Parts: sequence; C-alpha cells; structure tokens
Amino acid sequence: MTDRIAPTPEAAALSDPAVSVVGDARVPKTWRGRAWTTLRSAPPTAVFGMLVIAVYVVTAVFAPLLAPYGEAAVFPTPFDAWSSEHPLGTDQIGRDVMSRLIYGARNTMGIALATTVLSFLIGGGLGLWAVIAQGWTDQILSRVVDVLMAIPALIFALMLLSIFGSSVLSLILIIAVLDSTRVFRLTRAVGMGVVVMDYVEAARLRGEGLGWIMRREILPNIAPPLVAEFGLRFSFVFLTIAALSFLGLGIQPPLADWGSMVRDGASMIQFAPYDLRMGLTPFVPAGAIALLTVAVNFVVDWLLHRASGLKE
Amino acid sequence: MHPVLKTVLQRLGLGLVTLFLVSAIIFASIELLPGDFGEAVLGQAATEETVAAFRAELGLDTPAPLRYVEWIGAVLQGDLGTSFSGRNASGVDRSRPVADLIGPRLGNTLFLAAFAAVISVPLALILGITAALWRNSLYDRAVNAATLTTISLPEFFVAYLLILLLGTLFPILPSLANVTPDMPLLERIERTALPALTLTLVIVAHMMRMTRAAIINLLAQPYIEMAILKGASPRTVILKHALPNAWAPIATVIAFNLAYLVVGVVVVEVVFVYPGVGQLMVDAVTTRDIPVVQACALIFAATYILLNLIADIVGIVTNPRLLHPR
Repeated sequence: MTDRIAPTPEAAALSDPAVSVVGDARVPKTWRGRAWTTLRSAPPTAVFGMLVIAVYVVTAVFAPLLAPYGEAAVFPTPFDAWSSEHPLGTDQIGRDVMSRLIYGARNTMGIALATTVLSFLIGGGLGLWAVIAQGWTDQILSRVVDVLMAIPALIFALMLLSIFGSSVLSLILIIAVLDSTRVFRLTRAVGMGVVVMDYVEAARLRGEGLGWIMRREILPNIAPPLVAEFGLRFSFVFLTIAALSFLGLGIQPPLADWGSMVRDGASMIQFAPYDLRMGLTPFVPAGAIALLTVAVNFVVDWLLHRASGLKE
Repeated sequence: MHPVLKTVLQRLGLGLVTLFLVSAIIFASIELLPGDFGEAVLGQAATEETVAAFRAELGLDTPAPLRYVEWIGAVLQGDLGTSFSGRNASGVDRSRPVADLIGPRLGNTLFLAAFAAVISVPLALILGITAALWRNSLYDRAVNAATLTTISLPEFFVAYLLILLLGTLFPILPSLANVTPDMPLLERIERTALPALTLTLVIVAHMMRMTRAAIINLLAQPYIEMAILKGASPRTVILKHALPNAWAPIATVIAFNLAYLVVGVVVVEVVFVYPGVGQLMVDAVTTRDIPVVQACALIFAATYILLNLIADIVGIVTNPRLLHPR
C-alpha cells in the first residue's frame, strides 16, 4: 500500500529545517489529501490491519456475488469432506461451509457494527449531556453507570436475553445499552476537559443551544480518542456477540454467523486423526473472528498513538 | 479513628450498597417480562385458572418493593426460589428448588476456577515481574509476543485448539470434563485439566501484561531511582522500596483477572460440557427459566463485586502512605 523505502517528496522536504518552515504550504489543504498523507505514515502493523478490515468489508458487502451457494441452501451429504465442489465441506445438515462463512461476514460484522453505533449514540449522547448539564444530572447518570458496570457484561446480557428472548433486535439493544456505559465514561472524562474551555463559555454567552454546543463546540475536540474507542468497542462487541452466538443465544439460524458455526462444526474435531482438513473446519470461522480482532487492535493502537500526540 | 480503618469501612459500605443495588436490578428484571409470560412457561394448553395460580405463586399481585424484601430475605437464608421447568399446563408441578440445582454445580465451578487460579496466578506474576525487570530483552519480547497472540483469541478458539492438539491428535487428556461427585481427586484433576488449561492460557496473558505494566510504572518512580543512587543493593531496592508499593497494583491485577475468570468460565464450561453454574445458566437462558437465571446472575455478580472489593481493601491496607501518616 505504501512504499516505505524510497523517501517521499514530503519527507525529503521536512528533513531540511529551512524548507520545513516554508514547506507548510505543501501540507495538502483538501480533506482527501490530508487523509492520504496520514495513511502513508501508518506503521506496517496498522497497514496490515486496515488491509484485513478492507477485505472483510468487501466480503461482507459483496457476499451474494462471492458465495458459491446460498446462505441456507442444503445439500444431500452432511459433514462432507473438503472438495472442489464444497471448498470447506458441508456442515451437520449439509449446508456449504464456505458460503456460510462469506454470508457470516455480513451478518456477524453488520450486527456488531449496528450495536457499536447505537452504543455510541446512547453513551456519547448521555456523556455529553452529563458534561454540559453537570450537577445532579451528571451525578445520577454517573452513579447509574457505576452500578451497571458492577455486573459482568456477559452475565448481564445472558440475564436480559432470558427475559426478552434471543432475537437480532433484542441482541443489538441489550449489548448496545450495556456497552454504552463504557462509552459514557470515556466521553464524560474527555469532555470534562473541553467543557471548561473559553470557546465553550463564549458559545454559551452567545446564546447557543445545548445541541449546538454538543455538536459544534465539544464533539470535534473530543473526536480523536472517541474514534480509537470506537475500534476497541467494536472488537469487544464483536467478541461478545460471537460468544453469545457460540452459546446458542445470539444470532439464530438460518442466518449464518461465525460464533454458531464454530459450535456446529465443533464435533468435526474428532475426525482430525483421519482427515486433518475436516478437523480444522471449526477453526476457519474461529480464525476469522480472531483475525478481525487482531486487525482492529492494530489499527486502534496506531490511532491511539496518534491521538496521544506521541511521535515515534 | 485510624485513617486506614476509616477508608476500609467506607469501601466496605460502598461495596454493600453496590451489592444491594445489583440485587435490586436482578430482581427487577422479572418486572420487564411480557404479560403473556404464564402461558409461555406453562404451555399453550394452560387453563386460565392454572395461569392465575402461577401468577399468584410468583406473587405478581403484590407490590414489587415488598416482593423484593421477601426475595432477598429468602436468598440470604439460602432459599433461591423454585425453578420454572417441570411445570406443565395441567397444573402438575414437578419443579425443583433452585438451590438444589445450583448447590452441587457451584462446587464444581469453584473447583475449576481455583484449579485455573492456582496455576495461572503464580505463573503470570513470575512472567510479569521477570519481563519487567529484564524489559526490552529477547525474553521480554518473546513473552510479550506469545501473550499478545493468546489475548486476541476468543476463549472457544483456545479451547478447541487444545482439544484438537491434546484431545484428538495426541490423545493425552480427556476432552469431555464430565466429573461426578464421587470421583477420586486425581481422576477429577485429570478430567478438569483441559478446561483449567484453557482458562489459564486466557487469563495469564492479561495478568502478565498488567503485572509487567504495573512493575515498570513502579520502577520509574523517583524514590526507586533515589534508592539506587544512594547505593542500596538491588535486593534492598526490590524488597524494601518497591515491594511495599507493589502489593496494591498486584492485588488489583489478580482480583481483576479472577473476576474475568468468572465470565470466562461460562464459555469454557459449555465447550467441555463441564457440570458447573455457567453451563446451568446458559441452559436456563435457553429455556427461559428465570429463577435459575436470576440465582446464577446473583452468584456471578456477587463474586465479581466481592473480588473487586477485596482488591481495593488489600490495596488500602498495604499502602505505605496510609499506614504511616504524618
């Protein structure tokens, strides 16, 4: 993606102190230009992470074109071995594992993404509200979050799922609400530093409303740590949903998803001494989950490093 | 009053308040149930009388705060209510007390968690402290790379990898952890070995990295540099200057990870079909057996809160600044 050996014109210009002062004019002015400059400075681990994420997103978006068969299409032989017809064999009721893996990217990642976005809307909104309103509002919201965080998330999610039943909607809502507590804490902590700034006071005196101060004065100044947190929360939500689906309580059949694919394929491990590739089948979706987590963590590390203002 | 005692009492009080609020939340969850809940438990063929009797037994006709007091009083005496399963439309009641269901399983879960903790805590502390002392060495980097890999793997991935390697390809250990109460200890350990190993791999990574970070942070403090500069031997620096201040972060690390164990145990028990509370909870969620789910959630949440409380208190009573106030 980037050529890291040959010195770029920008790098050469910056190495000369005199040019670096004048050279400010060379910093691209457009949003796209700045983004490209930033991307080219990414370390190899972050580049790897971004490439993996890009491949996953393409797979998820174009799943119907890439998958050889339908998500729920059933073939006559269950537990079929790996072959040219079924690259990863078939599962316990004869569905093509490769196709389910590709559709699973769409379902597993789509649901995790929707949950994370919702959790940021709830947690971020309430966090900003607590920061601006202060006083009792802040106290009550913070104490409620303290208590909610005293219960382990997976246990809480299990309890709520037993009450509302396992559907995609209740899964998204439950995990989003539980996860928003952490978003609230971060938004509040970062926002507290910004809200005391003079420009916020000026906006207040100008008579701007709560919505304006939230969106135009505070949000742009707390965005970098929140973007990095978005990555972390996404991988946490993704792993929680995968664990719940693995337990049979998350995404329900016939929707394909990686967590339940691991569970369904688990019995194939016993065939490993006779046909190693078949024994490896459950590790393909499990590996897909692990690889995405690693990739997101690499990118988040880089973003956090940039947001903290540290230079290598 | 001694400042340490005062802080400890404050922290204990806060812990009790949290415990009370959490139990109230768990209790209140039953209020969120949809109205046709009686039919869902008893089946579609249930007559109106059976449903009404069921609702009366749950006490849904008395005010919620009153029911909470009765419920928590019963829980404190060891009565966790009656399971929903075993009831049917005709009103025949073969349901069992929740305490009977949980009792034997709680022992199994504690055995598994203790087994994992006995291996992982010393291992993680030794790895973390040595990696911090010899930081940036080849050893440090190797340990770091290995733990980073295990951190990013979900629990079930580690579990199945161990089953594949040690259970089927090289059959050394049994991959089903079906323990029974009358099993001799040695056989029990053998059956529990794979789940305990999985949990160990999952939490050693977290624990080792947190220990390493805490120790490095500690060694960067000015008073450590001062002790080295005044010519104290490395032994004195570690034992007299670093260690007293290290208890708090180490206790936090251990408690945090034991609390993490509480959650990790659920997935691992399901993988290995281990008869513990986690497996019971998952089964109860599937059948929507609310009293069992509530009891399990209460046990897990209380353990989690208690472990964090213990960590805080250890941190307070070993803090040199609080112990020797000026």
